[in-house]
Amino acid sequence: MTTVAELPPGFSDKVLSAQATFRSVMNAMARPGTVQRIAASAGAPSGVMHGTAAIALMLFDHDTPIWLDGAMSTPDIAKWLKFHTGAPITGDPAIAGFALIGDPKNLPALDRFAFGSSEYPDRSTTLILQIGSLSHGTAYELRGPGIDGSTVLTATIEPHDLFDRLAVNAALFPRGIDVVLVAGEEIVAIPRTTRLAHGKD
Amino acid sequence: MAVLAQSDAAEISARLRAMALPDHKTLREPENGLVMVRGRIGGDGAHFNLGEATVSRSAVLLSTGQVGFGYTLGRDHEKARLIALCDAMAQSDDFADAVEQEVIAPLRTAMIAKRSRADAETAATRVDFYTMVRGEG
Amino acid sequence: MYVAVKGGERAIENAHRLLAHERRGDREVPELTLAQISEQLALGVDRVMAEGSLYDRELAALAIKQARGDMIEAIFLVRAFRATLPRFGATEPVDTGNMQIRRRISATFKDIPGGQILGPTFDYTHRLLDPQLAEGFVPEAPATGETSSAETPRVTDILAHDGLIEPSPQAEADAPVGDLTREPLSFPADRDLRLQNLARADEGFLLALGYSTQRGYGRNHPFAGEIRFGEVDVEFFAEDAGFAVPLGRIELTECQMVNQFKGSATEAPCFTRGYGLAFGQSERKTMSMALVDRSLRARELGEEVSAPAQDEEFVMSHSDNVQATGFVEHLKLPHYVDFQSELGLLRRLRKDFADANTSEPLQEAAE
Repeated sequence: MTTVAELPPGFSDKVLSAQATFRSVMNAMARPGTVQRIAASAGAPSGVMHGTAAIALMLFDHDTPIWLDGAMSTPDIAKWLKFHTGAPITGDPAIAGFALIGDPKNLPALDRFAFGSSEYPDRSTTLILQIGSLSHGTAYELRGPGIDGSTVLTATIEPHDLFDRLAVNAALFPRGIDVVLVAGEEIVAIPRTTRLAHGKD
Repeated sequence: MAVLAQSDAAEISARLRAMALPDHKTLREPENGLVMVRGRIGGDGAHFNLGEATVSRSAVLLSTGQVGFGYTLGRDHEKARLIALCDAMAQSDDFADAVEQEVIAPLRTAMIAKRSRADAETAATRVDFYTMVRGEG
Repeated sequence: MYVAVKGGERAIENAHRLLAHERRGDREVPELTLAQISEQLALGVDRVMAEGSLYDRELAALAIKQARGDMIEAIFLVRAFRATLPRFGATEPVDTGNMQIRRRISATFKDIPGGQILGPTFDYTHRLLDPQLAEGFVPEAPATGETSSAETPRVTDILAHDGLIEPSPQAEADAPVGDLTREPLSFPADRDLRLQNLARADEGFLLALGYSTQRGYGRNHPFAGEIRFGEVDVEFFAEDAGFAVPLGRIELTECQMVNQFKGSATEAPCFTRGYGLAFGQSERKTMSMALVDRSLRARELGEEVSAPAQDEEFVMSHSDNVQATGFVEHLKLPHYVDFQSELGLLRRLRKDFADANTSEPLQEAAE
């Protein structure tokens, strides 16, 4: 187990890196399905992809409870998050502001996370899902706000039925779950308004 | 560390400059933030949020492995870093005595003197009802 | 009618330049330093810290300078600045019983343990303008007296010892604490949220409400049990270090009001309490706060709620001077379109009125 002294570093330049990462995530959310690159340099503990680490350093703080799946629940990751972000780690996904998923195949049922309330739909869990690839794999045709007509995302996504599960967002709106897919330095956002172009709803 | 948090950065710095320092690097770049200051209802009851205060913090790592944490009210990056360095030195067998004697002890003496002066000024405004009532000149 | 609002950029830029010029004033007069503001207008700095809800003397002094002494503008600037910083967490609760006391008085007992300590106060001054202060006044060094090691317990603790006053409400150490900077207000609000709201509330608003309770609008029969001002230690549990670290000291003013008693067939009568606490030396503020804290407890204490100072929604929704000034002052922003529609409606109504009442059309003054 690493001591504090051996922890991987955070952002190399706190302010600029956080700003650059914020812009990448904002662009990803504004243009669902497009691949954005996280350019900021940051350390990351074993099991945490670069994109995930940067998002954590930028968005997590004292006021955002974090839920970690089995693959993320290592002492090194917990220590790194605690030192660099100060975010509390919770065992209850229903109160988590963010969930880090390192083993997406075993993603828990979405209703175990927070969907927000009708008054405050923003009080939902944002899933940060580490997946195989955001350049190879299945082609998903997406539509929704922020997409001009439709767009095609080619990705290797676990769980295979992720978009089927996310169909719950249509029924729950404005409540729902936002997802950020991460593969290495690349990220794609699937906010709660994005649907498969040939989906059921 | 309470002494350091209440001392001027310039005074801590001047005292550290006068001594040999261990090899060290900054583990956490100094950064500014806030803490929510809490009070108690009625002074002794359940907690409530009074308002925030600015805080600067840093962490320093000695080449010998000790990690020091520096926290202080205000927005003085350098002060947070210096406190972290002193905190790390205080955990090192080679530097603990020196940092206590050369830095912390003299600052503590100065802090106590300042407080005693304030207490003496305050004490002069204590009302002595007994003397007033007696009025015998 | 649509009214174009483009074209103001140049005027705005020049207005800001003119503001900077006016703020500096006559350049023959030396410029104010932040240290001068912090040291010599200390109570103004205290107010900006209390109502800006941010303890940082230097920032508050800068805000006062930038705002040309407009306190609400300065408070606004401080609130805006605080939104730019991350929060590391909450401190351990400050221990006002362990304050390094600079002033401490009680209006309920003459001979309190630890004594009546006047400290730096305007009380007992004659409120005569002092021409000496107009220039180059060098005050005498303060007198010194023998310090006492006697404890200075809170007056409420002394009353509580005999069961004569209600105890403070208690909660588990890790019970959640309401925070109105994180969660929007909803009513009814618990006392923790009410105190947070009052601690950053406008001093003038609280003063008027506190005064109203004394004049009979929600009377609560107050005595100033104790007012104390001084420095307290602030400690913070640092998650990264894994232990509580000292952060330094802050100045606080605390007021304990002793109020009208309660009691029932099953409970012995005892005094009730109102509490005030604020950053800096803020005596008027904390006294008003304690009065209003007590009046807002009317529902809890089974009293009739009939006065503004007892209505938590009224008090808490209107106490914040940044919110209040935002909504009042937004009226000066362009409302051309709204006004045109009102004007159109009014003209139509006047025409209908004229058609119905007389064959002569009314005179249109503003045509």
